[in-house]
Amino acid sequence: MSKLLTVSPSPHVHSSDSTQKIMYRVVYAMIPALLWSVFIFGFDALRVTLIAVAACLAFEYLIQKYLMKTEPTITDGSALITGILLAFNVPASIPWWIIVIGAMAAMGIGKLSFGGLGSNIFNPALVGRVFLLISFPVQMTSWPVAKMSGIDGVTAATPLALIKEGLKNGVPVSQIQGLPDFTDMALGINAGSLGEISALLLVLGGLYMLWKKVITWHIPVSILLTVAIISGVFWMIDPEMYVNPIYHILTGGLMLGAVFMATDMVTSPMTTKGQIIYGVGIGVITISIRMFGAYPEGISFAILIMNAVTPLLNYYIKPKRFGGQ
Amino acid sequence: MLKTFKIGGVHPPENKLSKDKAIEALPVPATVFIPVAQHIGAPATPVVKRGDEVKVGQIIAKSSSFVSTNIHSSVSGKVKKVDFSADSSGYPKQGIFIDVEGDEWVEEIDRSEDLIKEISIEGSEIVQKIQDAGIVGLGGATFPTHVKLVPPKGMKAEVLLINGVECEPYLTSDHRLMLEKADEILVGIQLLMKAMNVDKAVIGIENNKPDAIKLLSEKCKSYNGVSVVALKVQYPQGGEKQLINAVTGKEVPSGALPIAVGAVVSNVGTAFAVYEAIQKNKPLVERVVTVTGKGVAKPSNFKVRIGTATSELVEAAGGLPEDTGKIISGGPMMGRAMSSLDIPVTKGTSGILIMQENEANRGETLSCIRCSRCTTVCPMGLEPYLLKKLGENQIFDRAEKERVMDCIECGSCSYTCPSNLPLLDYIRFGKGKVGAIIRSRKK
Repeated sequence: MSKLLTVSPSPHVHSSDSTQKIMYRVVYAMIPALLWSVFIFGFDALRVTLIAVAACLAFEYLIQKYLMKTEPTITDGSALITGILLAFNVPASIPWWIIVIGAMAAMGIGKLSFGGLGSNIFNPALVGRVFLLISFPVQMTSWPVAKMSGIDGVTAATPLALIKEGLKNGVPVSQIQGLPDFTDMALGINAGSLGEISALLLVLGGLYMLWKKVITWHIPVSILLTVAIISGVFWMIDPEMYVNPIYHILTGGLMLGAVFMATDMVTSPMTTKGQIIYGVGIGVITISIRMFGAYPEGISFAILIMNAVTPLLNYYIKPKRFGGQ
Repeated sequence: MLKTFKIGGVHPPENKLSKDKAIEALPVPATVFIPVAQHIGAPATPVVKRGDEVKVGQIIAKSSSFVSTNIHSSVSGKVKKVDFSADSSGYPKQGIFIDVEGDEWVEEIDRSEDLIKEISIEGSEIVQKIQDAGIVGLGGATFPTHVKLVPPKGMKAEVLLINGVECEPYLTSDHRLMLEKADEILVGIQLLMKAMNVDKAVIGIENNKPDAIKLLSEKCKSYNGVSVVALKVQYPQGGEKQLINAVTGKEVPSGALPIAVGAVVSNVGTAFAVYEAIQKNKPLVERVVTVTGKGVAKPSNFKVRIGTATSELVEAAGGLPEDTGKIISGGPMMGRAMSSLDIPVTKGTSGILIMQENEANRGETLSCIRCSRCTTVCPMGLEPYLLKKLGENQIFDRAEKERVMDCIECGSCSYTCPSNLPLLDYIRFGKGKVGAIIRSRKK
């Protein structure tokens, strides 16, 4: 025989799935929420997203090429996701240079300082967001008014901020002014970060990812259920001090966090059991911050804290072994 | 709901190209190379020398210990030499080269196709005869069958499971055998049941072979204690532990043998070989081999004499395609890539799969994104990503604790990994090392 044969160990076939395909499926899942955001906030939403994506790709390329001196991996799709998620987590009116700083924190600190894709402990987009929230608290909480909300003015407060502010001043829940109704919240006609406003479209993206087997239901469902149960119990005890759980589910970053941020494969646990513990942990921390903390919003911190617990969960929680323990 | 095993599993494209091709007898080749180690256990000891005349069915290498088995000549002719040559492992192995002259069989062998249903032999004799006939597990594991039939002290077999799953993509040899030799297989099953002294046997067949399920379900009515279970198509259901789990719901404990849950598993091909050995006096000198692949002109199922070179089978299936990239002995999930067409068919060769150049290479490796797919598909409930890392970094004590030795090397993890990581390669490495550590501890 003249030709040389390939000899390699089994298996000799591979599923057609690839990391890139998974990444692009996540991107497709974010498109409805992005389009809605452009519809609500106008061209600004698109501008912020494009800057965030370009900056994330650029920082990944530059750091990998000139600092780490490795082959840049910007085509794998992960920096694209980080860029979109970072944009989803900031107000649509944010100045361009703040986004660039956020992208630098996300890629440089959040991802590449750990070694790049797969090695990072924390969700890079959330590292960027929290970095910005602490560094630029004013710009990060100046929300543009949704075009259809019927509120006059240039900036508006998010429903959660209104509630927090009201309760702090001793106003009972029923007296708090300016809260959107449930339909507006579900559709996303209210103030908030660029990508977080429409719970419905985020759920749609989540369903797409479930269908394409990018994520499993365990993390989002355990987060949402935990938040619903805890806030529901408090609400039933005193509806004037604690808001209806529907507010918690539909507003703020909860849905975005539960569907797109907490489910980040790299930073979430490997086993189903671990994922449920992780989800419940995120739910408990989120609702604790929302109800008792200084910030109106808590999902970013909750996810980052549980990201840090993930290696521990992976160490102690094992899948069900065949043939018993 | 069809039954299947409870943990993990994948479903690769089935590609059963040769499922409608009846078994054809391949002409006897001009020479054969018959390795003396075609089974798990000690290699057999050659009992012929250069120049000896041999007949089909004559013992040419004798079993050297309990976990070993006899090797018979598959052809008649003259021993050319006893020498080393590569088998499908790629390593040179001792074997017997025979130049074929005619086709003369040992007299006691009944070569007719008549079905003999009556069983006129005692259980203990059956085991002895199976041992003498050189029968091993024909599903690919090649564990000597007689060893399985004698349970260790204090254990008792309750059920015989017959593996008609054929979960490897492409392969159809068991499927064809079930369709063409159903009665023979069922008589073989009765013989195995008698040898083991059990009154229940279950044939597990995946649902992608409805014709075999229908035929055997119909025929087994006239055989006592035998039933057929249709199983959901799920790889690696043909794995012993997975099949037991799918059919009985029981889990074989880590490190234990199937007999620990009262089960013994045998392949349909093995049951057929048992039938021939006992009812026809015919030792294991030939087997059914699927020759297949997307570029193969005539995907086929051949009845092949043991020791026939791969090249003969490839020729009979229409020759080696232009764009051949890889030739595999066995199926695509667990088979071995071969470096040469001279490698002979042995007792464990279930198929020859010819892969095209574009299928032959692995994809580009990316970073692990901890998607946990490997953990989800692992049928043993292991964490392949972790075992890979432990193997790579040579942390063997931890690998042992994470049950690396439970790995059945089915390849589901590597198959499914979106980053194309060589998971199973590193796990095998770790298994080898941990196995050596465990053995040295026992000394």
